[in-house]
Amino acid sequence: MIDHVIKAENLGKKYAIAHQMKAAPATLREALARGGANLWNRLSGRRDSAAKPSYEEFWALRDVSFEVRRGEVLGIIGPNGAGKSTLLKLLSRITEPTTGRITLQGRIASLLEVGTGFHPELTGRENIFLNGAILGMPASYIRRKFDEIVDFADIERFLDTPLKHYSSGMYARLAFAVAAHLEPDILIVDEVLAVGDAKFQRKCLGRMDKVAGEGRTVLFVSHNLQAVESVCRRGLVLGHGRVCFNGTQLEALDFYLKGMEPADIRLEDRTDRLGDGSVRVTSIELRNARGESVECVRTGESAEVRLYFHSTPEAPKSEIVVALNVRSAYDFPLFLHSSRFSRTAFGPLPKNGCFVCTIPRVPLVPGRYPVTYSVMPSWGRKAEYCDYIRHAFELEVRHGDYYGTGELPLSTHAVAVLDASWSLEKT
Amino acid sequence: MHANELEHSEVVIEAGRSQAQYWRDLWRYRELLYFLSRRDVVVRYKQAVIGAAWAVLRPTLTMLVLTLVFSYFARIPSGAIPYPILVLAGLLPWQLFQGSLAATSSSLVANSQLISKVYFPRLLVPMSVVLAGLADFAVSLIVLGILMLWYGFHPGPEILCLPLFLVLALLAAFGSGLWFGALAVKYRDVTHIVPVLLQVGLYVSPVGYSAQIVPERFRLLYSLNPMVGVIEGFRWTLLGGHAAPDWRAMLLATVLIGILTLSGIWYFRKTERRFADYI
Repeated sequence: MIDHVIKAENLGKKYAIAHQMKAAPATLREALARGGANLWNRLSGRRDSAAKPSYEEFWALRDVSFEVRRGEVLGIIGPNGAGKSTLLKLLSRITEPTTGRITLQGRIASLLEVGTGFHPELTGRENIFLNGAILGMPASYIRRKFDEIVDFADIERFLDTPLKHYSSGMYARLAFAVAAHLEPDILIVDEVLAVGDAKFQRKCLGRMDKVAGEGRTVLFVSHNLQAVESVCRRGLVLGHGRVCFNGTQLEALDFYLKGMEPADIRLEDRTDRLGDGSVRVTSIELRNARGESVECVRTGESAEVRLYFHSTPEAPKSEIVVALNVRSAYDFPLFLHSSRFSRTAFGPLPKNGCFVCTIPRVPLVPGRYPVTYSVMPSWGRKAEYCDYIRHAFELEVRHGDYYGTGELPLSTHAVAVLDASWSLEKT
Repeated sequence: MHANELEHSEVVIEAGRSQAQYWRDLWRYRELLYFLSRRDVVVRYKQAVIGAAWAVLRPTLTMLVLTLVFSYFARIPSGAIPYPILVLAGLLPWQLFQGSLAATSSSLVANSQLISKVYFPRLLVPMSVVLAGLADFAVSLIVLGILMLWYGFHPGPEILCLPLFLVLALLAAFGSGLWFGALAVKYRDVTHIVPVLLQVGLYVSPVGYSAQIVPERFRLLYSLNPMVGVIEGFRWTLLGGHAAPDWRAMLLATVLIGILTLSGIWYFRKTERRFADYI
């Protein structure tokens, strides 16, 4: 038996992006004349440089090779535009590669979205059969699984109601229920977990785990890194259309997250700043309880985050608001603290100075936390910045004695440490 | 697909590879063909107040208008055949062709959601649309039957050839629909051209009149429109000797439709692998 069920060799996919460089037509007559000329040129295949839009070649994927063995669950991660969707489209035969080849062993089902082909005028029952057929299920199989699907979706009462009267939750549940009953050898899934409420999402993840447990091969593309960590065993990192890393899922996540961290660039040289620049944070310093400059802080101890800035005469005279946003390693927001919350008035800014945020007891379990800062002329919903850097620095937290007992929750159970106590009362 | 039939099947995806498994896939997805056709039929009349009654009203009203224009105003002769029957017998294959072609040309664009999200042999889309057109056709056929009973007109043994011309009408719509549909994916202009072509087509096809009124020396040129042979043949199977057929026209129609269908499949297959990139 062949060991690998998916084998991709030197895959490439090229797109041509058209640039419309001409000015917009001024009149209807002009538009029609130009349209006619374009049509004629296109149909006759004439390459008239004046009328032809210029094309730019763009490789969405380039030289991608990898193998997936039977029963493996592979997570594909990467930033937006890395080529994840293109890769899925090639694997699911929606479009053909420009170069290279893919060999697939066994029955494939791909879920680039759930509920593909659902029609609002048709009833739930009719849609189950239609959607099932689109996913490649035979009608006899759907009939056999029908009750299970309805049960999973929990829509029994609305089975003969047109889909357009469904709530979005019901719609999503029905869509996933059909998809969840696919039984292919290779399952290709794209972000479908982003539907429904949290409870339903857990149900879906559980289903994925089950599918994987049955020895099927699963390819899973997601931005939900937590899901990738728990469901997948292997990870493939894509970047700019190429494979950057291929290994276990934990290594892949590490690799991916490191790539997102700011490289060792001095804050002053960062080019990804936002804002008008009237105030610029030039360096950031961490200090411990004793006022010493440190590289990391400890859980439960006091810490200071110091944002050294330089201000120009254009700096707003109104109340400046400074905020810090602490995120998890998987980019989940944990804390936001703004000077507005404590109604701190900084007053007129000196030319050079330092905003100091004091944290009396660091409430985070040991780990590394990307921190984003923002300096705003006022507090509002509109994002107006004097200065802003996403992931400006990484806050490293080490083990500390929060409760005076040396105990801390494990990082698999908690990110934050709660200042709370237990007691017993007789009732 | 879920049976063990494909336990060890291997799929190779490569640029420009004409997949050997394509026709097998087409067969494997035959149930999807049924569900897509069914969807089209059900959806067409679901939100309409009088629903499927439109399938009766549409050919009837068109027949009345054409009879009025060609028989009453233009005074075109129809021989021994009552004019309403002459018109309706020609209208049946024409409306089947017209409806199917219009729907096929826009079918890929209309199903872009499916095409960009899931794999299946794309030929199923135009096929299902053409098949869905048969539902309306069946209703119109009943209307014609009633009309013929009303006039006391009985079809002869020629009616056994009706399926032949039915298939020709379907293939004519399918073949040209494949061309227009595939072209429309890249050039949306096509969706605007097709209705105009069909409008002209109604007058250059023997729908509201019999082809016999076309002067002999123009007959061959006239018959280059493949629907001429199909409509005349259709009329002949229903009305027998009263509508003597022109064999040259029918033969020409068969050859032209054959070429249209085969070339349509060729062009469609050539372009379908990249539909998702353009749609």
